[in-house]
Amino acid sequence: MQVYADNAATTRISDAAKQEMILCMDEFYGNPSSLHTIGQKAAEKLFEARKTIAQCLNADVKEIYFTSGGSEADNQAVLSAAETGKLKGKKHIISTAFEHHAILHTLKKLEREGFEITYLDVHENGLVTAEEVKAAMREDTALVTIMYANNEIGTIQPIREIGAVCREKGIPFHTDAVQAIGHVKVDVQADNIDFLSLSAHKFHGPKGVGVLYARKGMRLFNLIEGGAQERGRRAGTENIPAISGMAVALKDVCDHMEENEKKVSALRDILIEELSKIPHSVLNGDREQRLPGTVNFCFEGIEGESLLLLLDAKGIAASSGSACTSGSLDPSHVLLALGRPHEVAHGSLRLSIDHYNTEEEIRYITEKVPEIVDYLRNISPVWEELEKGERAHVI
Amino acid sequence: MLYSEKVMDHFQNPRNVGKMEDADGIGEVGNAKCGDIMKMYIKVEDGIISDVKFNTFGCGSAIATSSMATEMIKGKSIDEALQLSNKAVVEALDGLPTNKIHCSVLAEEAVKAAVKDYYDKNNIAYDKELFKDDVHNMNEHK
Ligand SMILES: Cc1ncc(COP(=O)(O)O)c(C=O)c1O
Ligand SMILES: [Zn+2]
Repeated sequence: MQVYADNAATTRISDAAKQEMILCMDEFYGNPSSLHTIGQKAAEKLFEARKTIAQCLNADVKEIYFTSGGSEADNQAVLSAAETGKLKGKKHIISTAFEHHAILHTLKKLEREGFEITYLDVHENGLVTAEEVKAAMREDTALVTIMYANNEIGTIQPIREIGAVCREKGIPFHTDAVQAIGHVKVDVQADNIDFLSLSAHKFHGPKGVGVLYARKGMRLFNLIEGGAQERGRRAGTENIPAISGMAVALKDVCDHMEENEKKVSALRDILIEELSKIPHSVLNGDREQRLPGTVNFCFEGIEGESLLLLLDAKGIAASSGSACTSGSLDPSHVLLALGRPHEVAHGSLRLSIDHYNTEEEIRYITEKVPEIVDYLRNISPVWEELEKGERAHVI
Repeated sequence: MLYSEKVMDHFQNPRNVGKMEDADGIGEVGNAKCGDIMKMYIKVEDGIISDVKFNTFGCGSAIATSSMATEMIKGKSIDEALQLSNKAVVEALDGLPTNKIHCSVLAEEAVKAAVKDYYDKNNIAYDKELFKDDVHNMNEHK
């Protein structure tokens, strides 16, 4: 059996999105900036996509900027807010310790340029509170950037409350919603969001395309200079097939949000319930405040890469935060931020499912994972020491 | 594929895996913090490594190199076993990705640590220079 359980890494393109892309390549190949009919047809297609996406987010069409994906949107949002802050003498930013590297590496760059960053603790449950955000605010705070849902463990932050305290203090609020969009309801008005990043390939759209939402009045600075596309804020002839494919994919998931959420969270609960039965295992991140499809466990006494490879040999595609899957000596910064010791963080497994998965597939996973964990523990000297009491169990 | 067929074979069907109750020498190297730990058991008869077993906590590369290293020293003299380099193990596995070479170093160190333990237990004199670079020794991390 083949089971794709790595939807947080990327998803397969939906049939509807694929058909739309082919249609665009065949019939909407014009340049939207051209004045002739073929160009204007493409311009209409582009506008249609912008409108669809704006509606899904409860935003205005003028607040939607197409980008090359989540990373670019994250970079542009953070750098723009930082630049705006700097012009007013504000050089402090609030974020969390477990953001995606598209945010963290951008913040590191700003630190080198003299910005001060407060990285809020995400605690063992992988959540921050609006009160903690408020307490970290200063006169010179230029931006709060906190991810909607975490890509490794799936916890969902209290975005609406955080947005509210930012609004109250007049501090711009950006959220990396790459993992949330298409999986849970996001409303930029109700959630008090000023900037938001999303990426199409996380909800069955194409790769290499995304959106930066910037609320009216929020200033954007260009990462890419050139033509006047995207209201002058992002140059380059628009990738109509990708953009329109993204819009179709997003509309599809937004139209079926409730039923998908219900179905997927029921499957997720089976995963959590069954994998929790493995001795000395722990679910990473809050049990309740989480995405419908993302589950992350640590298993003591084993290493994640070998677990992944053996699962792959059984046809199950998953991912891990172990050092040996990242190429560095450090395990996932997300699991370390939760306070997991290094040796436990190495033994992590992320299963990210969505509405393409079936219960049969989930049962197959819950059958295979315990077998493989057991096998690896049997050949692990660490497990032997744990069992003999020569090493203390941490979980 | 990330790994060669040989690596996958040794990873999925490791040779000589398990514990040895009556080992003459035991070497444990690596540390859980960095992600890989290898424990090697040897049985020595007339200067020959007559049996070898291993237990490994680690990635595919760590498990495959442990397995290959045990095959390469089984039936060999202690002197020959001490000549085993991680490079030779990697070559025997048809190579490893560059960022995985560090995992293979442990196999060479585990063999050395097991021999050293055998020497120490039997009060056999040896050249300390031979064992000076086992940087991954467990004790340094405890
Ligand atoms: C939370 C989060 N932010 C940003 C990104 C980057 O998105 P993209 O791959 O579209 O650049 C990802 C996906 O890898 C993500 O999960
Ligand atoms: Zn390794």
